[in-house]
Order: sequence, then C-alpha cells, then structure tokens
Amino acid sequence: MRVQLIAHEVWNGLRRNLSVVVSVVLVTFISLSFVGAAILLQQQINQMKGFWYDRAQVGIYFCGPVDATDTCTQTAATPEQIEAVRSTLSSGAIAPYVSDVQFEDRELAYQHFMEQFGGTASAEFASPETMNEALWVRPTTPQDADLIREATAALPGVLEVRDQRALLEPIFQVLNTASLAAIGIAVLMLVAAVLLISTTIRLSAFSRKRELGIMRLVGASNRFIQTPFIIEGVVAALIGAVLAAASVIAVVHFFLQGYVAPMLQTIAIVGLDDALVVAPVLIGIGVLFAGVAAAVAIRRYLKI
Amino acid sequence: MIRFDEVSKTYSRKARPALDRVSLEILKGEFVFLVGASGSGKSTLIRMVLREESPTEGEVHVLGQRLRALPSRRVPFFRRNLGVVFQDFRLLGNKTVYENVAFTLQVIGKSRGFISEAVPDVLKTVGLAGKASRLPHELSGGEQQRVAIARAVVNRPPILLADEPTGNLDPSTSAGIMALLARINEGGTTVVMATHEASIVNEMQKRVVELDAGVVMRDEASGSYRRRLASHAGEELA
Repeated sequence: MRVQLIAHEVWNGLRRNLSVVVSVVLVTFISLSFVGAAILLQQQINQMKGFWYDRAQVGIYFCGPVDATDTCTQTAATPEQIEAVRSTLSSGAIAPYVSDVQFEDRELAYQHFMEQFGGTASAEFASPETMNEALWVRPTTPQDADLIREATAALPGVLEVRDQRALLEPIFQVLNTASLAAIGIAVLMLVAAVLLISTTIRLSAFSRKRELGIMRLVGASNRFIQTPFIIEGVVAALIGAVLAAASVIAVVHFFLQGYVAPMLQTIAIVGLDDALVVAPVLIGIGVLFAGVAAAVAIRRYLKI
Repeated sequence: MIRFDEVSKTYSRKARPALDRVSLEILKGEFVFLVGASGSGKSTLIRMVLREESPTEGEVHVLGQRLRALPSRRVPFFRRNLGVVFQDFRLLGNKTVYENVAFTLQVIGKSRGFISEAVPDVLKTVGLAGKASRLPHELSGGEQQRVAIARAVVNRPPILLADEPTGNLDPSTSAGIMALLARINEGGTTVVMATHEASIVNEMQKRVVELDAGVVMRDEASGSYRRRLASHAGEELA
C-alpha cells in the first residue's frame, strides 16, 4: 500500500515538474561526463607512465675532447674511467637497481643521431668525433633512476647523467593539467547540479504544499513525507548519471578504441575495462549527491 | 485530556503576548467552546495542543504527554491521536471524497482492508454515504466540511479540534455541522471548538472558555457567547 502510494507520489512529482526534471537530468549528465573524463584522463596518464617509464633509460654520457665541466677537463674519458663507472653500476650497493647496461660508442651514437636528425641543419655539422660515448642503463624500476644518477654523476669522466623520464614529464604535465581542468569543470557543474536538484525539490514540495500540510496534520512520519521527494531527486539524477556512464563507455569504445588507438599504436589508450570501472563511480556520485541535496532541501518542509 | 499550566506565548516581534498565563483543564468527553475576538489567542491555543507551537513559558499536557518533552520525531505519531478541522476545509482538490478520507489512513500506514472498511463507515456517519466518488468542488460548503470532519475522525482520535469549522457556512448548514460534532462528542470524543458565532454557542449550552488578549476571561460549565451579567441575564437570553 505505502510503496504504491510513494511510487505514485514520485511519478506525479516528476510529471508535474517535467521541464525542471529534464534540466536536472541534463546538468547531471554533463557534470558527470566531465567527472568521467577526468577519471579517464588520470587512468590514461597512469597507463602511459607505466608504458613509457618501463622503456625510459638513464643515459650516462662521457666527456668528449671539447667538454670542460667540473668532471671533464677537455680530454675524452679514458677507457679506465668508463670501466670504473661500469664497475660502480655492478657493485653490490647499486647492482639491485640496475637491470641492464649497454655501451654506446661514438659510431653507434652517430648512427642513432643520424636516424633521428638526418637531413636537418644540425646533422651537417655532426660527425662520429663530435658524439659522446655513453652507457645506457635500464633501471629495475623507474624510480631507481635517481639512485643511478646519484651514484654516477660525480665520477671522473662523466659529462652528464640524463634520465629520459624527464623528457616525458612535460607530456604528463599537459595531460595532468587537462585532467585537473576537467575536474574543475566537473566540480562547478556538480555544484550547479546539486543546487538545481534542491531547487527542483523545493519547487516540487511547494506545489504539493497542501498535501504536505495535511500529511503533517494527520501524523504522517517525516520519513514518509520526505521519501517521495528524495526518490524524485535520485531518479532524475540517476537518469543523468546513466546517460553520462553510457556516453563515457561509448566515447571509449567508438572513439578512443575504434578510431584513436589504431592510429597511435605505440601508445596504450584506455580501454573498455577502464570505462566500465568509471561507470558505477559516476552513478554512485550522482545518486549520492542527489539524495543528500534532496534530503537537505526537503528538511524545511518537515519542521514541526 | 488537555491541561494548560500557566502557559504564555510571546512572539518575538510583538510586545503583547498571544497567550498570557493561561491555565485550563479539559476532561475526557467534554465539549468546549473557545470564544473571543480575532487575535484573542484561540488559534494559538489550538496550535499548541497540536504542538505546532510551543509555549514560551508554562506546560501543555495532552493525553498524558508533556508536549515540551516530546521529541520532534515523535510529534507525527502524537498527532495521530488528534483530529483537526479548519474553517477552510483543507481538502485535496484532485482527490475524491473517498480518497481524501482514505489518504489520512494511507499516510499513517493503515492496511488496505482497514481503509476499505473504515472509510465508507465514517462517510455514512457524516451523511455522505452516496457521495464517495465526488470531487470536493462538486460539493457544497457544508458537505466539504463533512468530508473534513470524516477525515478528522476516521482514525477514531480521542480529541477533535475544530478551528471555526462553521466560519464559511450559512446558519442552517452550520446547524447540521454542529449536530454532527455533538454526535461525535456523544460517542466519547473530546471536542474543542474555536468560534465567534454567538448563536451556535448559545444554542449548544456547553462549556465556554472566553479569551481576551491572551487571558482567560471566563470559563463557564454551561455558558453562552456573551458574559451573563446578573442584571442583564434575562435580556440577553431573550
């Protein structure tokens, strides 16, 4: 009996304020889509970090004949100095953090340089003699790169230790900023959605002021009075949240996986499994926010 | 049933109290008229019995409950013991007579079986047996008030509060409503009715409590609307 009565009240409320309910659905839909985009961007960043950091190496460059720094004296690093660095890397303290070491002599460095910059202006001045010898070290985990640098940077004959992760930082920073922007927009939109939901509920309660007055008069419990309104808000937000979840899944499936991923095969793009994690989060946020907003909005009408 | 102990009510914006040290006791089965000019405190008194308002000072006891000590969330359950009728009927325009009365029972969680028995029963009591499926706007004012009374008593409350129930009705319709209230009172329900219709009060010969500016001026067991001065008593009755 009461379930039926409450369902009836909810349906009436939704129908009576249809235009406002539609706007609640749309605002919730858009705000939660931004939340979803922010979460997906974070997942994308983590995935790319995992992908690239695994491949990032630490380059230990040795002094060439023209380099003059604290550790270089305008003479090329001697084979003994190079061997000293190698033995540092294989010494007991550092060895656990090093998974692989490759030596790159001047010829090889020149080859790599020409592969990358062949045909450009700087390539015309390059010759094997201008290249630096280097050791390419693969750390056991990406975080170990700092340890390797600290252990080798001050050794004689070492010109510079470069962590390739540093080159990737700007990319992640751009993605991170984009994700923060999405979160910022999402928060603003969520505030708007919450205010809109509470306004809708107030409006709905106002249009049923007479019923509410009579309900209170005849002794309907507060829970009975407020339940239809809370359900009303939650239902509207739920529709928006489901739309947002569906659009996040659709974007990942059709756009990212169907269109972007085949073009950028070297980069791991977030997949459907990531989107399926995001969907329940969006629905949860939508339902929770709407429920709380409606409960707070209706409190005024329960005052005895 | 209802007891007021030195009850005062002051609204913050007004200097004069709405009720000023009112003490009053209403027993089970009594029929009590509250009389007095507009603003004399009749409605405030009724609202206090309903615990829509709390006194600034003093204590109100209803049905053995000290209302000040009643927590807010218990108030809805307390109100199920009170039936209330207003001057403006307060019916739901989009619900039929039957639904208006049933609504009361639905919101307090009565079973479908109970409702389908109690509602026709009470409609018969108030003389609306054949009009269960009418909408309020299809009824006369007197009939609408009968629906409101049916709604107030369908749950068989021990107390019925009526705030100027005949205020919008013509004299003959009012007489019918009064007869109905008297019948409900005879069934054992305590009735408290605020009014300023002298003829009704004079005719019923029930207890009269007169309020003036929040003070109880008079409390007579079987009184009339105006204070009976010894020398003019005969004139007034005539």
